[in-house]
Formats: sequence, structure tokens, C-alpha cells
Amino acid sequence: MWDYTDKVKEHFFNPRNAGPLAEANATGEVGSIQCGDALRLMLKVDPASDRILDASFQTFGCGSAIASSSALTEIIKGMTLDEALKVSNQDIAQFLDGLPPEKMHCSVMGREALQAAIANYRGEAWEDDHQEGELICKCYAIDSALIEQVVRDNALSTLEQVTHYTKAGGACAACHEKIEEVLLRTLAAQAGTPPPSAAARPEAPPPAPAAAPRPALTNLQRMRRIEEVIDSVRPMLRRDHGDIEVVEIIGKNIYVNLQGACMGCAMEAATLGGIQQKLFEALGEFVRLLPASQLETSRQPLHAD
Amino acid sequence: MQPIYFDNNATTACDPAVVAAMLPFFSEQFGNASSIHSFGNRVGQAVAAARSQIAALLGAEHDSEIIFTAGGTESDNTAILSALKAFPERREIITTAVEHHAVLALCDQLEKEGYVVHRLKVDRRGRLDLEEYKTLLSERVAIASVMWANNESGTIFPVEEMAACAHAAGVQFHTDAVQAVGKLPIDLRRTRIDMLSLSGHKLHAPKGIGVLYLRRGARFRPLLRGGQQERGRRPGTENAPAIVGLGLAAALAARHLETENTHVRHLRDKLERGILARVPNAFPTGDLDNRLPNTSSIAFEYVEGEAILLLLNKLGIAASSGSACTSGSLEPSHVMRAMGIPYTAAHGTIRFSLSRYNTLAEVERVIEAVPPIIAQLRRISPYWNAERNAPANAEFTPAYA
Ligand SMILES: Cc1ncc(COP(=O)(O)O)c(C=O)c1O
Ligand code: FES
Repeated sequence: MWDYTDKVKEHFFNPRNAGPLAEANATGEVGSIQCGDALRLMLKVDPASDRILDASFQTFGCGSAIASSSALTEIIKGMTLDEALKVSNQDIAQFLDGLPPEKMHCSVMGREALQAAIANYRGEAWEDDHQEGELICKCYAIDSALIEQVVRDNALSTLEQVTHYTKAGGACAACHEKIEEVLLRTLAAQAGTPPPSAAARPEAPPPAPAAAPRPALTNLQRMRRIEEVIDSVRPMLRRDHGDIEVVEIIGKNIYVNLQGACMGCAMEAATLGGIQQKLFEALGEFVRLLPASQLETSRQPLHAD
Repeated sequence: MQPIYFDNNATTACDPAVVAAMLPFFSEQFGNASSIHSFGNRVGQAVAAARSQIAALLGAEHDSEIIFTAGGTESDNTAILSALKAFPERREIITTAVEHHAVLALCDQLEKEGYVVHRLKVDRRGRLDLEEYKTLLSERVAIASVMWANNESGTIFPVEEMAACAHAAGVQFHTDAVQAVGKLPIDLRRTRIDMLSLSGHKLHAPKGIGVLYLRRGARFRPLLRGGQQERGRRPGTENAPAIVGLGLAAALAARHLETENTHVRHLRDKLERGILARVPNAFPTGDLDNRLPNTSSIAFEYVEGEAILLLLNKLGIAASSGSACTSGSLEPSHVMRAMGIPYTAAHGTIRFSLSRYNTLAEVERVIEAVPPIIAQLRRISPYWNAERNAPANAEFTPAYA
């Protein structure tokens, strides 16, 4: 069972302000079908002072969803609407002496219901602007949306960097596999090599961060750099019983053999995309990473023996 | 107020006789079963006796077909990974969408590593389509792994028939029988099942001990490498106390098989009928005419499972929502989703799982306890109209995040 604080249990077993509110003049209804929570928040607002005279809720959800709703109504009663809008989900969680990381979204839902109710009162349209990703690191309560953003904004490419920037993965290591999946997915999307099913995305960032021109590399330096990048990703592939080997470099095309478990697997495209991104950065030029199987076809005319 | 334990599919109480049988193996009988001297020898004999007791419960032809492991999860993983190693040219696996995580999470990982995983779908009652299964069997398939009975809904799969089909197609067949052993008659010598997993703590033996049955002659590769224990098929010094406990638990299970199918089944039916008669908008899930005798899974619409469990727990009643594992996560159970149960009902599914230790008085107390809890939660549910005491239907249309 979850490790709920006494305050959470108290508000779950004896929820305050539960049930319909007859004289409500503001209602907010939000839900997340996936995590199985839905909430209707009802307010009675004094039109003269904009003050919340009364509040009540109805919630479909777990223990902490009900407790968060109860806490929210207690917090906002007596506030003006502008004051209430400043209530954050952390305030709700704090009021309850904390929520387990997996359950923080319950407090987020409370805050959204509040925004929706106030928009409803003011006759405005309310749009949900928050995007919640899958919870990746439980030790530090980091979700996939945050990791994706940090990876994109800071051009990160390794698990160690993600840990450095977000702390995710810095404690029990249970989330390392998932962090690497998010990382590969983000890098693949960035490199403009989405899986074949997804059509080219117009908003994809332009390839190669070519802003800072670098001195041209000699052929030898260039080859060494390529080998270095390949060597740096090898341990990650080995961990999944795979391997990689450079077969040929022809202009902008780098042909590699993906071996073992990586070969033909669903992650092949994502893996190549991630490594390609690293090569851009190391070489400062746009290159294309291709499976060596494509080399056979491109070579045929040259070696027709 | 005596607590009531209706969560026997999650784990069971160790039988007091089992505990008593184990105790000497923590003190005077501490020897290593593999040793030559008499300290080890007596332990070795006790382990051999336990192996026979388990072989008898399963109807195994040879005692050597019983391999002791650390539980159901290890047995499941060993079976599937063994087949992939033993048939390296075969890159496909057949399983079902409703397996335990011990199988599903492994298959998810194998899929990432390049294997092709076929997950058989189930219908609204949780039943498989055997025609779909038969068309998937081919020489590309390394193993078919299908659970004997589902831990959440109790639905029984026709594994004996499925094993015969697999055998005819030259495919190894494994069954996760963790929930079936001790509740359903099993006679392996009359089947074509190559491997079977069982777990001690589901049949009144301790946790952390299990068995992988491996049919004589079936190709096998060990998961772990080490010494010669279990003939090298599962190296590591034997957990003698737990093995002795499991042996006795198996003998007791054989003796109580009928109790499970008469007394326990009667209690389960009474509980289910009693609750459904008193709570509107609730329905049982699974294949009702073909399920474990001890399991009742009831979906309470418009309320959420964890909230129900917390209120039951306050009254000293233990049940679970989804499986023991899914009650620690936010998603509705994969089993309920596979059966196409709507979200507002899947989230409110409660599993009551009984054992031979439960009584009629307990069943009556739970029948009394459940209806007010559901009513209380519906009063504060936006999907429920308290005035009409009926679903709110179109009255509640939240903006979904
Ligand atoms: C069907 C099924 N398979 C496997 C397991 C895992 O067994 P163990 O807990 O012994 O690893 C369980 C128990 O949760 C189960 O119900
Ligand atoms: S879950 Fe991320 S470090 Fe523990």
C-alpha cells in the first residue's frame, strides 16, 4: 500500500466539502482517464468581492485524489479568485504533508480543476496547458516530459548527462533503462530520422547545429573522431547484447554493421538516429549513418566482378 | 475485530504444519544437502522426499523433472529464456495479453532485443481464440507460454489442448500454473506440457521457493551457471527449509483439492451473489463458468479501486484491486483492459480470493461491509448522481488531460 501521510489519510477518510454545491456559480471539470481520476470542483463566488464563499468537490479516484480535492477546497475557501489562482499543486501537496511521487499528479489535477472553474466563472475558455509524461525516476520524481525537454534544450546524449542535469537516475538506478529509452527516442526525433511510420515532421529542428563553424578536419582526424564516437556508444549496445562496427565511410555516408541483438530490432532506427546525432556534434557536419546492408547495393556498380 | 484475508491470489498464509516442518532445518538440520557427511545427508534425503511430494501433486512421471527455483518469476524466466537459447534459430514467442508480469515484462524486453512476440488476445470474458493460436504455431516459434489460470479474473485456459497443438507443431510449451496448482487437478504425465511454473507462497508454503517442472527429454538451458545442485539446471545451495516446507504444502494441497472445489467454491459463490444482489452497477469479470474456485473479480462502476481497498482495510478486510503488482501503479490492470472493460469500471475492479482457511462468517461480514463503502464513494463521485442514485452519464464530461 502507498506510504500516505496521516494528513492524507485524514482527508481521505473524512473528506471536507464533498458532494454537490447547490448555489455554485463556477464549476471546473477535469480528468485523466489513464490514471483513473476525474474531478468536479464547484465554487460559490461573491460577485461583489470576487471572494470564494464556499467550495465543494466530487472526485472519482484513488485515496490521494480524494484527499487532494478535499485539501484544495479547504485551502481556497475565503480567498479571492486572484489569490486562488496562485495556489500551486505543491501547495496542495504541502497542505497534506506530502504525496508519494507517483501521486503528485493528483495535486496537479486539483489545480487544473481550479483554473477551469475560475475560467468558467469569468466566461473564459480554459485549455489544459500542462503535459504530463510517464514517471521515469521515482527517486527524484522526474517524468519523461522533463527529460525530453532537458535533453533537447541542452543537447544531451548520455545517461550520465541526464543524471547531471535532472538528478534522474542518480540514486537507486532502477530507472536507467527507461532514461536511455527516452534519450534515444528524443535524439532520434531530433536527428530527423523518425521511425518509418511517422511522416517527416515539419517542426523538426534543422539538422547539424552548424552555428559555430569549426576548422575543417583532415580525413584521418575525421575517421578517428568517427571511431571515437562509435567506441563511446559501444558499451551501451553491449549491455543489450549488441555491437557496432564501422564498415566504410563514403563522403557523408557512414556505413556500419549493427550486430547481435540490435540487428533488425525495433530499436535499430532509434539507435542509429541517436548515434548519428552524436556524430553531428563530434564532426560539426551533417553525416548519414546507414546500415552496411545498403552499402552492398550502392557498391555494386563499382565492383561488378 | 478479527481481520479477514481475502487476498489469497496475492499470497497465502504459511500452513502451521508447514512452518513446523521447516523449523528443524534452520537449527539442528543445517547441513548442506550436497555434503557427504551425515549433516548433509539427512538434509539431502529431506529434499529428495519433498521432490517426490511435488512430483506426486503434479502427476510428473519422474522426480528428476522437478527443479527447485526461487519462485514463480524465476521459473517463468528460466523456461522462456531456456527455449530461446535451446532453439537459437527460432525468433518468435507465443504468449497471451493477460499473463503475469513475470512473463509479459520479459517478453517486452525480448521484443526490444529483436524477438517477435505474439500476444494472444482475449474476448470480453477473458477467453482465448484457439484458431488464432493454431495459425501462429510454426517452426519459427521457440516457445508458447500460456498461463493455466489467470491471477486476476481466475479464468482457466485450455493449456492441455494447447500443449498438444504445440507438440504437434514441434514447439515447446510452457505454462505458468502458479495460480492453478492446488486449486485444479493436474496430471502432467497425461499432457504434452514441457515446462510448468509453480510458486510456494500461493499454496500455503513460504515465499521465495518455487518449482520449474521440466519434462524428461525436453531441450533445456540453465539460466544460472554454477555448481551441480539440481543437476546443474539450477545451481546454488538448496534452500532446504523452504523446499521441505513446499513438499509438505504440496502433500496438503493434494489432500485439500476437493475442499477447494466444494467448500471454497461455495463460499466464493455466496460472496459474489451476496455482493451483486446488494450493489447496483456492479458485474463479475472473467469466464464465470470456467474459473478458479476461489476467485471472484467484481467491477464496481464509477468508483476507484484503491479508495475501496482503503475503506475495506479500515474494517480489517484485505482484498486487492487488479493484481498485487498493479495495485501499486496507476494504470488499470492490463487484464481488465485486455477484456475490454471500460475504464470507469476497470479502475473499480476488486479481486476477492479465498482459501480453505476462510469461513462463512467472514463471507457474511464482507457482504455486509461492501455495499455502504461503494455507496459512500459514489456519493462523492462525479460520475454518479446521488439524487437519483444512478449513473450521471452525460451530466459529467470533464476535460481530459
Ligand atoms: C500467475 C502468476 N505467475 C507468477 C507469479 C510470480 O510468482 P513469485 O511471486 O513466486 O515470483 C505470480 C504471483 O504473483 C502469479 O500470480
Ligand atoms: S528511480 Fe531513478 S534513481 Fe531511483
